[in-house]
Amino acid sequence: MGSHSHSRRRWFLTSGIGVAGLVMGAVRSLRGQTAAPTAPPRDTLAYGQPSPFDNTIRKAPGQGTAITDTALMTPLQDLDGIITPSGLHFLMDHVKGIPDLDPKKHRLLLHGMVDRPLEFTLDELKRLPSVSRVYFLECNANSRPLHGPNGESVQLVHGRTSCSEWTGVLLSVLLKECGVKSGASWIVAEGDESNKYTMSIPLGKAMEDTLVAYAQNGEPVRPHQGYPLRLVVPGWEAIRAVKWLTRINVVDRPYMAWHESGNNADTRPDGKGLWYRFELGPKSVITRPSGGQRLPGHGFYEITGLAWTGRGAVRRVDVSTDGGRTYKEAELQQPVLRYAHTRFRYAWKWNGEETVLQSRCTDERGEVQPTILEAAKNLGVTPDYFYEADHFNGIQPWKVNPDGRIQNALF
Amino acid sequence: MDAFRTRCSRRRVRLRTASVARRDPPYVLLVAAFAILASVAAHAQGPTYQLGRVPSQEEIKARDTAISPEGKELPPGRGTAKEGATVYTQKCAACHGPNATGSALHRGLVPLGNAKPVKIPWSLVPYATTVWDFINRAMPQTRPGSLTPDEVYALTAYVLYRNDVITDTDVLDATSLPKIRMPNRDNFLPAQPEWNPKAKRPFGYYP
Repeated sequence: MGSHSHSRRRWFLTSGIGVAGLVMGAVRSLRGQTAAPTAPPRDTLAYGQPSPFDNTIRKAPGQGTAITDTALMTPLQDLDGIITPSGLHFLMDHVKGIPDLDPKKHRLLLHGMVDRPLEFTLDELKRLPSVSRVYFLECNANSRPLHGPNGESVQLVHGRTSCSEWTGVLLSVLLKECGVKSGASWIVAEGDESNKYTMSIPLGKAMEDTLVAYAQNGEPVRPHQGYPLRLVVPGWEAIRAVKWLTRINVVDRPYMAWHESGNNADTRPDGKGLWYRFELGPKSVITRPSGGQRLPGHGFYEITGLAWTGRGAVRRVDVSTDGGRTYKEAELQQPVLRYAHTRFRYAWKWNGEETVLQSRCTDERGEVQPTILEAAKNLGVTPDYFYEADHFNGIQPWKVNPDGRIQNALF
Repeated sequence: MDAFRTRCSRRRVRLRTASVARRDPPYVLLVAAFAILASVAAHAQGPTYQLGRVPSQEEIKARDTAISPEGKELPPGRGTAKEGATVYTQKCAACHGPNATGSALHRGLVPLGNAKPVKIPWSLVPYATTVWDFINRAMPQTRPGSLTPDEVYALTAYVLYRNDVITDTDVLDATSLPKIRMPNRDNFLPAQPEWNPKAKRPFGYYP
């Protein structure tokens, strides 16, 4: 590996193409953004890489098309603890092409109903008081029940969620610096890319704990995660967490921008659209053993998984090894952090017979994760409604077959 | 630090107001006046960290282009679907197809106002301003923000006409655009977005 990249770099430096690449890098693209500088590839010592024996990677659900958003799921079944490595963070890109934003030229403008509009460079933002907080992000379309090959792994069903330590400036610090005028009630945040991705967020949440993040797991936010600057809105559907953040307008109404109005509303069977849903419900999923895996034989296994909720901290997780007839409390990895993934563990001895494993989350407000039948009953729909619905947080059952094969048993 | 000190002094003033009020009514006015002055001073105070640059009104205006449902931010200009058809052929058809029905690479613009309970792109756009705003800021993909206001009004009219929302002679401008009633406008729950962090949600219902 090392010698390979070394020789590639030498080729790069001697071929002259590198010089051409650097010249091209200085040319501004049609979108008005500077193309990323062409740098020699980092070797495995300059930036550490996983073992060649390890193939823990993100995966796409099925075949993507040019129209569908770029989507890659986090391999939850292969990960431990609560932090998702940055390179394995899920991504759902609602834009056409990732912008190459030059951090030296990038600006964050705050204006609107404020006493003093202000524009910050990245260096100025980094001089302000910072916080580091562990927060999950979850796409509002995560966990939709899936049939066929896509429904057979925890990665492809539930992998639209990841958890990182985000570092940045609290949005409240910036808004106080500008002085929010009375009467203001919303902010409108805009990303600097070709689609001008825009989201409205109530001022209360903006002032409470919304983060303007420039770092993820200790290093600069990755390009697909919004380099050099993004919003993180704790506990809320991740479509609100605007990437490539460049502008915040303080206003007195939501703006109903394209990506937040029709595009992210659920249509119920009565034709009504559910929109502007913010906090995610309590959710948990067993990540090992899980769909697509195979238990080599009867005996001891540790059941482990993740739980999270959009309304604060996970209070408890219960695990059932008999298809939901009985539940027992699982052990939670400490510390349990608000708006963060929470790792649970449960000791289990498989007797070799067919059974169903599932977990149930209860959060700090006492809200409990429902089964799909309970969720359907509450909405007055049949369970297949959730194929196309967002914010589905039903209990995920995994069936253990006598031969050890694990299957998705939601249907 | 200065802001913190001012906050403390204001709190002291309020306490004094309360105690004085019980003993000697005439003092109340004087102390209240002082309290008002103190709060004005706090309001006029500069930012805590003195970082960041104050942009000019022109700079803000150039970037403040998003449009809210009431459309009060809309610029002057006008356009009809007939005019929009011409602009569409020149600047949009290459991607969205000659009949605006899309291609293998790009979404179609029709249907847009579908009232059927099927989740499809564009079927749930509740405000005509949303269409105007997206075309204005994000289209065409290769040169977003390059269309003139007249072109955006005309293209919005063309898209709405093709979706049977308006006729091909209706003139769209800053006054008429926000008044358009989109077919699905009344089919949203909640009707107006709200956030109530304290609300207790019923079991199994986490919208």
